[in-house]
Amino acid sequence: MDLAKRWRQKPAYYRLEGQRHRTSGEVRFPPQPPRVGESGEEWEAYPLRGTGEIYSFAGVRTAAPEYAAQTPYLVALVRLDEGLLVSAQLTDCDEAELQIGQRVEMVTRRMSDTGVDGLLVYAYKFRPVLE
Amino acid sequence: MPSMPSGAASWYWDKVMNMQPVYIVRSAATPVAENYHSSLRDLAAAAFHAALTGLPAAFDPQRIDMLYVASAMNSMLQRQTELGALLATTFGLVGIPALTVEASGASGGVALHQARLAIASGAADLVAVVGVEKVTDRLDADIEAARATSIDSEFEAELGLTLTSQWALLMRRYMHEYGYAADAFAPFPINAHANAASNAGALYRFGINAEKYRKATQIASPLNMLDTSTAADGAAVVLLASEPMARELGAAQIRLAGGAIATDALPLATRRDLLWLAAAERSSRAAMQQAQVRPADVHVLDVTDPHGIVAAMALEACGFVERGTAPRHAADGGITPQGSTPLATAGGYKARGDVGGASGVYQIVELVRQLQGTAGAAQVANARVALAQCLGGVASTAVTHILIRE
Repeated sequence: MDLAKRWRQKPAYYRLEGQRHRTSGEVRFPPQPPRVGESGEEWEAYPLRGTGEIYSFAGVRTAAPEYAAQTPYLVALVRLDEGLLVSAQLTDCDEAELQIGQRVEMVTRRMSDTGVDGLLVYAYKFRPVLE
Repeated sequence: MPSMPSGAASWYWDKVMNMQPVYIVRSAATPVAENYHSSLRDLAAAAFHAALTGLPAAFDPQRIDMLYVASAMNSMLQRQTELGALLATTFGLVGIPALTVEASGASGGVALHQARLAIASGAADLVAVVGVEKVTDRLDADIEAARATSIDSEFEAELGLTLTSQWALLMRRYMHEYGYAADAFAPFPINAHANAASNAGALYRFGINAEKYRKATQIASPLNMLDTSTAADGAAVVLLASEPMARELGAAQIRLAGGAIATDALPLATRRDLLWLAAAERSSRAAMQQAQVRPADVHVLDVTDPHGIVAAMALEACGFVERGTAPRHAADGGITPQGSTPLATAGGYKARGDVGGASGVYQIVELVRQLQGTAGAAQVANARVALAQCLGGVASTAVTHILIRE
């Protein structure tokens, strides 16, 4: 069920919270422990705006068991307006209408249902920005 | 010559440059198949016995000092760990040091590298490397989930991405940046299938063509069924020896002249340049430097090629072709047995069958055949230098080896 595993990532999953370096201003996602030569205090929590454009997209027709009932679905690499890439599912769109460079925005959606004794997993997906 | 890889690990390359020579004395593999009759240990034992065949009659298998086992998906699909002890006992190698090496699809190459280091350091004279994967006891969704453990479990797999879809994302971006249509990648599986026809151990021994590629069902668009490998069962065994041991066995012909592991960021989105397989570049440079060869010296190669895009990016990262040109190179016949970079001469992942973590060991078996001149219709004329490269995940681990026939 991985209860704590999902609970621990709530800020990232629910509001796309990454990290910003306090002096250089570099933004990164997902949040990471400090690397060699860094201290944990150098990075602060930083919610990303959740807007950007499609860098690439693909269809998924064979998925892991928790997603098997949802196939086919779409996944993408999204270039966020802060400059970094993020991997996510796309929603509310047709593959035939998608293009690289298209504007998208983050939405919070139910991802998977881990069973009767489990929990509903929510996280971010992206959808085309309505013109 | 390529320059020395930079960074904190350069001491490591200085040391491996000074290693004792290591030879491939025997190699064998089972056919790759949906083999419902055989268990994991049946497959491993069949490959092991085949590898021992041809050694001098007086040879005592108990002289094997160590056993390295490579398997990527076994712990998930067979729910069996400790394959080192299991297989050493199964083979009758009682009590020897034996362990499993795991680096996803690169497991076989990493196991081979560790075995080579064990001999080169003087700790062992004769080491067996077993690559084994038993996948068909489980359904496709379970296999896809097992493969997806090689991508970021929290921010990729958890959100519904799969290993196949990661390569599909790179393929579409590659097409966008370099101006290719999806069927520009067709020459890779077409070549793989054509070569597999002469490999009795291949999963798919039939040809395909561009027309069939265009009409194939989408698997993870833009990747279609004819550009996606099929996971299947198999085991391969390579015996490595020190020079004195290889001479005693009358098998000091094929030297493992170079080998290196390199890594890259696991989460694809955090890489600076997604269309460049940095780990493949680093490991191939270091391996070629050890062996004192350049890309132009390599006569035949085998790379991780479950999809055309992967082979294309590997050819570019290893320095065989310029960035963005691999599909054109393939369309011009460059990857056929008569081309300048013969690929997948035994069928590759696509047509020989995708044996996961065992792939890196299969590659050695197949390249040894090329170097011995026994590769049949897919034989590369006068092949003397071979390069094997296997990748784990989305090339987050890369292992390259150089084989030279002396």
